[in-house]
Amino acid sequence: MSSAPVYKPFLQRADSFYDTFQRKSGNKEVTHYCPGCGHGELHKMMAEAIDDLDIRDRTVLISPVGCSVFAYYYFDVGNVQAAHGRAPAVGTGVQRSRPHSIVISYQGDGDLAAIGLNEILQAANRGEKMVVFFVNNAIYGMTGGQMAPTTLPGMRTTTTPLGRDPRLAGNPMRMCELVAQLEAPIFVARGSLASPKEMKRTRKLVRKAMEMQVEGKGFCFVEVLSACPTGWGMTPVDAQQWIEDKLTPHFPLEIFVDKTDQERLEYVTPESPPREKLHEVLGIEADTKTMPAANPDPAHANPRIKVAGFGGQGVLLLGLGLAQCGMMEGRKVAWLPSYGPEMRGGTAHCHVNISEDEIGSPLVSRPTVLVAMNQPSMEKFEGELVPGALLLLNDSMVPGQPSRDDVDVVRVRATEMAEDLGNVRAANMVMLGAFAGYTGALNLETCLASLDTLIKRTALIDLNRKAITAGFEAGRKARG
Amino acid sequence: MATRPDRGRVEIGTDECKGCLLCTAVCPVHVLVRTKTLNKQGYFPVEYTGSGCTGCGFCFYACPEPGAITVFRLEKSA
Ligand SMILES: Cc1ncc(C[n+]2csc(CCOP(=O)(O)OP(=O)(O)O)c2C)c(N)n1
Ligand code: SF4
Ligand code: SF4
Ligand code: SF4
Repeated sequence: MSSAPVYKPFLQRADSFYDTFQRKSGNKEVTHYCPGCGHGELHKMMAEAIDDLDIRDRTVLISPVGCSVFAYYYFDVGNVQAAHGRAPAVGTGVQRSRPHSIVISYQGDGDLAAIGLNEILQAANRGEKMVVFFVNNAIYGMTGGQMAPTTLPGMRTTTTPLGRDPRLAGNPMRMCELVAQLEAPIFVARGSLASPKEMKRTRKLVRKAMEMQVEGKGFCFVEVLSACPTGWGMTPVDAQQWIEDKLTPHFPLEIFVDKTDQERLEYVTPESPPREKLHEVLGIEADTKTMPAANPDPAHANPRIKVAGFGGQGVLLLGLGLAQCGMMEGRKVAWLPSYGPEMRGGTAHCHVNISEDEIGSPLVSRPTVLVAMNQPSMEKFEGELVPGALLLLNDSMVPGQPSRDDVDVVRVRATEMAEDLGNVRAANMVMLGAFAGYTGALNLETCLASLDTLIKRTALIDLNRKAITAGFEAGRKARG
Repeated sequence: MATRPDRGRVEIGTDECKGCLLCTAVCPVHVLVRTKTLNKQGYFPVEYTGSGCTGCGFCFYACPEPGAITVFRLEKSA
């Protein structure tokens, strides 16, 4: 008598899936996908490859926005969920900060080919070490079936109720072909989930791209023609057939790039000059000259300064000067220029922090000092001042009165004083001196010494020394 | 006369099935059929007729659900 036949599991739930899916709502045993959705089929192929290659511990899956937004509930790997279309950018960050990880960017056609078109092409062009699984179901599934860049001509969607008209909405975008014409990608292929035969081929593409990641070879892109029965308004079985009959003729199932013999992509760290040479590269002095520290009035020990004026009044340089002086006196400093359309005329401004302690944000939104070089600058920024702040005005160009009455207003005829010294453009240095003289936050000697760094043309140094000194005197006199 | 045992066998997780019928469509020997009893999710799940499976695995890959189908294969007897 023969013994009873023994059956062993051959294909079963992959270990790379969580045992239960801790979704907020719904059955914890099943995915949230509609019956017959291609996402689930591709998930299984990926999970199988992750299991077989034994890379669960170092795989990081970047989920997109779209129906597969919840992929992180299913895959027991590292997970990040990216903003719409940004998965390749997030993947770049993950890969660069953790070069040993296997990065998978999982994206739909709305996510990848519409809002994320730039990210995917840039990441492909840089040859980031990651594999992109691109689910092409020719529609926006999650949001209810709108046209995607991959929607077929004549195909009805909620946004093309009469069918996509290529004269109005262009033709379907072939992403593999676009990516394949870049230099860097090492594997670019399109598969389909239409039939057992195509699924078998697609499984091989998935496996190959994953293996190339394990070998650290570079950027792989696998597009998968996938059913969205809900968005297409078909039964799952009809949808499979539709992939074969309608989608496939538009999207040829080919391997477009296969650089299997590609060498391992060594991680390129940008070449940096030796530390001792850094100052030469940046054109700055090797060491900051140190100067004895001033002993400021406690109200001005840690000033948060905004400097504003017309473009051309040297506002940014004045801010830089304040920061330079602070640094020379051994304090922490931050200087943040605000570049805007104002660079060409209009108002320019910058933010300066000088502090005993570490500086959190370089942004000065509640200044303790406003240096206003002209009337519009005063009007624009005086409202930001904290009560009791210093409002240092270039009297020559601020005819009006400030509206604040709870601040300390000091006027210095900076432009006229600079003109008397021979050049109106030194008005900014008059104000630098005035700030130091009035607040005592910086020593005069420091301000003068900072010029060696600030002013490139030595011929102008003497003029600026005079301007600072005159401003310092004016400031001190105002203090009384 | 002893009949030869089937080369394969499948198990369907009744409550994990969404009744999409993709598995029945790809099964070359038509041994997966739809039942008439709603499952926990509100779908009519598929079941195995109980004989004839070849263990080809088509249904496994066609099924979008991670754990709805398990395919077994007959152990070669020594
Ligand atoms: C910035 C932003 N814009 C738009 C949306 C709305 N939105 C969510 S999913 C989606 C399209 C998803 O389509 P696809 O990438 O094809 O994925 P599928 O759902 O078909 O898998 C859109 C437009 C969003 N969430 N965020
Ligand atoms: S809407 Fe389409 S893509 Fe989204 S889960 Fe349903 S079938 Fe899948
Ligand atoms: S393994 Fe093959 S023969 Fe068996 S039920 Fe699945 S598709 Fe049918
Ligand atoms: S493919 Fe899976 S979900 Fe669909 S009917 Fe078969 S077992 Fe059920």
